[in-house]
Amino acid sequence: MPLHTDRQYEEELQQLRAKVLEMGGLVEKQIGDAITSLTERNSELAQETIERDHMVNYLDVDIDETGVRLLALHQPAARDLRFVMTSMKIATDLERIGDIAQNVCERVLELNEEPPPRYVDIPRMADWARSMLRDSLDAFVHEDTELALQVCQRDDFIDDLTAQLFSQMLARMAQEPETVARSTRILFLAKYLERIADHATNIGEMVIYMAKGKSIRHVSPLPSSV
Amino acid sequence: MQKDTFSPTHAVSVPHPAEHGNGKDLDASPPDMEVEIRIRDLCLYYGSKQALYDIDMDIERGKVTAYIGPSGCGKSTLLRCLNRLNDLVDGVTISGSINLGGTEILDKTLDVTELRKKVGMVFQKPNPFPKTIYENVAYGPRILGISQKSRLDEIVENSLKDAALWNEAKDRLHDNALALSGGQHQRLCIARTIAVEPEVVLMDEPCSALDPIATAKIEELIHELKQDYTIVIVTHNMQQAARVSDYTAFMYLGKMIEFGETEKLFTTPEKKETEDYITGRFG
Repeated sequence: MPLHTDRQYEEELQQLRAKVLEMGGLVEKQIGDAITSLTERNSELAQETIERDHMVNYLDVDIDETGVRLLALHQPAARDLRFVMTSMKIATDLERIGDIAQNVCERVLELNEEPPPRYVDIPRMADWARSMLRDSLDAFVHEDTELALQVCQRDDFIDDLTAQLFSQMLARMAQEPETVARSTRILFLAKYLERIADHATNIGEMVIYMAKGKSIRHVSPLPSSV
Repeated sequence: MQKDTFSPTHAVSVPHPAEHGNGKDLDASPPDMEVEIRIRDLCLYYGSKQALYDIDMDIERGKVTAYIGPSGCGKSTLLRCLNRLNDLVDGVTISGSINLGGTEILDKTLDVTELRKKVGMVFQKPNPFPKTIYENVAYGPRILGISQKSRLDEIVENSLKDAALWNEAKDRLHDNALALSGGQHQRLCIARTIAVEPEVVLMDEPCSALDPIATAKIEELIHELKQDYTIVIVTHNMQQAARVSDYTAFMYLGKMIEFGETEKLFTTPEKKETEDYITGRFG
């Protein structure tokens, strides 16, 4: 694609893109560390992760300001407009995922005060959610709408795992009432991971909008191709 | 699609507003669209140089249609075809068809004065007559034979009101129009145009000589005027096209590259050339 005649504008769009990628990388790390702190019962890592959340928040505000500036000063149109809108929306989703990483770490700190629990499907869900997030960001980088659509299609699986885990935990709490506190925290973890997948799905949807100008948000069933 | 219903190569028919949405077919001309001007196979040559190539488009009644494109793309030439202003240029050859309400505009035997009564024009540089404000507006109706003072008063008042100039001009109707500001001049020219009750108002970069406030007033006025008139506007200002028009046509090198709903053209254009132009990746 040819560059913009206005080089300042081109540069600002590239800056916005770089900031979204930086934020994406940071949030991936936050989630990765949160999961590691969970599986390895590493309270120190959990605490570090919580303390890094302000960096995600900073980038969220920064991306918003850059987007607003571009909208106000350059009035982007067509692909550029969709890119700016998508970047601002992705930043919101990434910020929420950052908050969720923090929530996971808070539960880890609580769970580490207790005997090691059986995590059932949590690591599997974590891998699934992380791969959805990674692929949604890759789809953004490469404007890969097929990958973005796949991310959206993969959301159902994690929803099913959450429902399945909920039933298991309910049964265990009934059988072993002393595990109620722990099991509830595990349920929270499952819900957090399921929410990460939802945010990754939002990112995938926005990437399709950005690249093709098509909205597949709230469309059910999902299209088989875009 | 049949040739006589619409659109061979360069144009996309005006989509129906109800069909706005993703992935909808924009090539079908909606049956209930009220076409004011139907342009088919329009070609124009300045001497041996071709300036317009096979233009096909339907201009909807009561809507604002904007022509955008780089300098020299033919948008003003196309606009001037709609009231035969190109007749005044030596060596011009025009072929094809422009139909306005059943009348073939390009018919050599057509009374051009009658056509220009139906299709008024507002130019880039406001050009009020060196007469009073009242006389500027009453000039056209007088030529058309209206001489009754009360009728002329009524036309002047209504036209100035429609052009959003009445409040500023009502106490100075008999002052020289040249004493008005640039923005007021342009609104006076709009009042003068609509005083003869045209069906179509052509605007050739009507705001390019105006400051942002005067521009905003003209844009607001365009929104009001489309209740009663079909408006076709040429503008270099893409944001203006985006703000004021219902449909936008992007032209390049004499060809109609893309024509469709303004909102769609500025968010998800179909042609790469359109995308490059409106995002500033041109040249």
